[in-house]
Amino acid sequence: MNKRLELPKKSFWSPASALKYLVKKPVTIRVPKTYREASPRYRGFHVNDWDKCVGCGTCAEVCPTDAIHMVEFEEIPTEPGKRNWRPAIDYGRCSFCALCVDVCTTGSLQMTREYIHISRDPNTFFFVPNEKGIHSVEYPVGYERDEDSDLLDLDRVEMPVIEPQERVTSFIEMVRGYSKEQAIAEASRCVECELCRSACPAQMHIPQYIHQIWKDNLDEGLRYLYKTNPLPEVCGRVCTHKCETACSIGHRGEPVAIRWLKRYIADSVPLERYHEILDAKPVKPAGKSVGVIGSGPAGLSAAYYLVLMGYDVTIYEAKSRPGGVMRYGIPRYRLPDDVLDKDIAFIESLGVRFVMNTKVGVDITLSELKQRHDAIVLAVGFTKGRSTKVPGSDHPMVLQALPLLEKIRDYLRGDAPKPAVTDDVVVIGGGNVAMDIARSVARLQKQEYGKVSVKVACLESEKEMPADKEEIEEALEEGVEIHPTWGPRQFLVENGELKGVELKRCIRVFDEKGKFNPIYNENERKTLTASMVIEAIGQAPDYSLLPDEICQKLDFVGARLLTDEYGQTSIPWLFAAGDIVHGPDIIHAIEDGHRAAKGVDTFLTGGNANE
Amino acid sequence: MKEFELFFGPNHPGMHGNFSVHLRVDGDTVVKAKPVPGFLHRGFEKLMERRLWIQNLALIPRICVPEPDINEMVYAMAVEKIAGIEVPEKAHWIRTLILELGRIAAHLFSIGGIGGATGLYTFPYWATADRDSVLDIFEHISGARIYHMYIIIGGVRKDLPEGIDSLIRETMDYLESRIPEYIDLVMKNRIIQTRLRGKLVLTREMCEEMCITGVGLRATGVDYDIRKYDPYAAYEWVDFDIPVGEDGDAFTRGYLKLLEIQQSIRIIRQVLDKMPKKGPVNVKLPGNALKWRIPPGEAYAHVESSRGEYGYYVVSTGETTPYRVHVRGASYPQGLYGIEKYLPGTRIEDVPLWLGTMDVCPPEIDR
Repeated sequence: MNKRLELPKKSFWSPASALKYLVKKPVTIRVPKTYREASPRYRGFHVNDWDKCVGCGTCAEVCPTDAIHMVEFEEIPTEPGKRNWRPAIDYGRCSFCALCVDVCTTGSLQMTREYIHISRDPNTFFFVPNEKGIHSVEYPVGYERDEDSDLLDLDRVEMPVIEPQERVTSFIEMVRGYSKEQAIAEASRCVECELCRSACPAQMHIPQYIHQIWKDNLDEGLRYLYKTNPLPEVCGRVCTHKCETACSIGHRGEPVAIRWLKRYIADSVPLERYHEILDAKPVKPAGKSVGVIGSGPAGLSAAYYLVLMGYDVTIYEAKSRPGGVMRYGIPRYRLPDDVLDKDIAFIESLGVRFVMNTKVGVDITLSELKQRHDAIVLAVGFTKGRSTKVPGSDHPMVLQALPLLEKIRDYLRGDAPKPAVTDDVVVIGGGNVAMDIARSVARLQKQEYGKVSVKVACLESEKEMPADKEEIEEALEEGVEIHPTWGPRQFLVENGELKGVELKRCIRVFDEKGKFNPIYNENERKTLTASMVIEAIGQAPDYSLLPDEICQKLDFVGARLLTDEYGQTSIPWLFAAGDIVHGPDIIHAIEDGHRAAKGVDTFLTGGNANE
Repeated sequence: MKEFELFFGPNHPGMHGNFSVHLRVDGDTVVKAKPVPGFLHRGFEKLMERRLWIQNLALIPRICVPEPDINEMVYAMAVEKIAGIEVPEKAHWIRTLILELGRIAAHLFSIGGIGGATGLYTFPYWATADRDSVLDIFEHISGARIYHMYIIIGGVRKDLPEGIDSLIRETMDYLESRIPEYIDLVMKNRIIQTRLRGKLVLTREMCEEMCITGVGLRATGVDYDIRKYDPYAAYEWVDFDIPVGEDGDAFTRGYLKLLEIQQSIRIIRQVLDKMPKKGPVNVKLPGNALKWRIPPGEAYAHVESSRGEYGYYVVSTGETTPYRVHVRGASYPQGLYGIEKYLPGTRIEDVPLWLGTMDVCPPEIDR
């Protein structure tokens, strides 16, 4: 290369060479005479679409200069999964890095192509961005997040499951659970915005326990679980996971698998270590006793929190094993007995007494119970099936889902003979129970006949069906046919033999007010062959255990009991929890049990539960 | 004449950024020089330990304002080394493009500064305006003119925008046409010749003694350039020469920078020709950016900056933040030891030239 540069020869004309610059285009431009447009990606000031924004606060979390703070706006309505917070930006701190845009869970935050903000008022530099931006002028949008710059992990760690062909042959649990690496990877997708918490009926400490999984500190994770939920094994499998619907990651990707992560904690810690980790023991003996009727989720939850408060708790259960719907309703491939036993064993180890095979109202009266205990918690659940009551529904081959599910689970435990199913079955209903019975019957058919022939007919369209999406998908995978928007017109009986179901088209299920009020097109019909029909159109409570004089004093809303916030009925010593208060849902039942326990404690100590 | 004390900076037109040199002068001759850092009030290295791996992206470019991209590059390279991340091919090409654009911008700014120190004011105006044309390209690619925050762990933040190819080529053609003009205006200028030729000489021994790299070393005839000796990004796949000089003086250093701009233009054209049109531009770490954890380990990554070897030593303990980051600033030796040891004996007007032709960058010392 050039080593030295010699001086030029002097020329008389060299100063004149500068004249050429008079005709050259200048490099500089004259602002503001010349308008200079920023590049399409320019990271200018923020704009935020308030309709999209859910107030998760992840932008504030990632901000490296602490320039973003979340401000509450009372005029914005809140709902589960949506907060009325909006980001406010301090442009005295902002470094215009746009990490907030790249991490935004909903994609509401963007930046404009504005170069300058000038003001004498320093307050204008602290600004809550909305759709209009800082200058309320239509500015084209500049920097936006794209697939490359996305800072969220939108894809869920796939849960290992047993393949449909294999799982349909037996009642083996189909979901295998996360390994440690998978659980940590899934936990690292969570932005810990806490939107899920407000959607959970039990207000579980979801971000906290996910954080503990991520830190691989399962002991602390288990402590967080038991703060609000004494049935983590159960909820980790069959919870309706309203939290996942609220999950902020779900706006652009798949929500965090909160349910499976809960299950991972509960599965990973052995029962022997529970006492050591949770250090759960009654605070001090209260010297009073509480009777709980029903050992379902609500009853167990109430018993757990009552026994920790120092009460002497006895659970009365009509069946031979505790667990209620968890033991007798939910199929074994979703909730095996051993994990239920684990949750119950811990509750039992705290001193809760279980009195089995005792049906209140038959083996013992309510008034006898009242004499034994200072307060009663009624947690009997919805145990009766509803019937379609269409012509032919009284045929012996038209069955109810719940009793059949119970028989199947008893059979699988070896407590009862195998229930008979035919090779051509129609299930009426579109909820989770319908899916449970359809898939259970499919398994029995596969074992018996080597093939699956289960048809599900429901009023709702595929989108409206109340069953979980994954339940529907898994049922389809296992060979169950689904016929949405069809309601039963009559069950066809020839010579005393069930031949099939005649269906009519359902045009609308819910009216404008969202109430169940189906309208049919009677002329559009189709027929499904069936030698057996199972009705799964909802459950109802059985209040036969309550004597008439008690029933008269209680207030009912439809089939449900009216209670105060803490489960107290109009009879002060009688508390209610679970399905009979809130309808069928396990996590709701657990929260009800927890609240009823607080209510009982308040009642027995003469205080105010709201304090 | 009696000796007196002169504070050169932190507020002085010839001073580069927030830095000061306390001089004792005897007449015009410097008797004693003491570099005084500490005006940045930042403490970058310590701050990095408190910020998430991704949050540091907003902090590190600030360690070198004229050439921020090298910080992003060495940070990403060191972390990728620890975590064993394979960067996609296209990202390597884009990174090379960004680094060379950054080199051009930094060199223009730096040699423009020589004009400021010598009273040749057309030069800084030209250089700054031409540098702006490079910043326009950065604005289109990254969305910002100065702090690009574009090279991230795993690749680059976004793909190149459509139509950027022609803008870069036009700008390169324009810049290439300007280099003869710079040589005519500046390098052949009588004032520059008198003020820079044979002044502030760094010998090879001095460079070895202080570990000076970059144009300082290359001006003494050593063709040491990390892009050739330890190639990173896409430098293995492009052709370019390393301009070297002999005299080791301030003039040679300035002149080499102009020649390096020519080489950068050559590299950028090859990048545009050879870069794959499609393909991923980054690999994602598992989880969201708030929970990125880098496996335990330590690594040193270095690049050839416009001022010499620039490196980060990063230590990770498997947490969400770095355990320690050490910055090896390229101008650290010249700016600290060089000033103290070799400025005495020169004249007052040579002091800004020392800082200018060595590119003393205060945040590299005050980090």
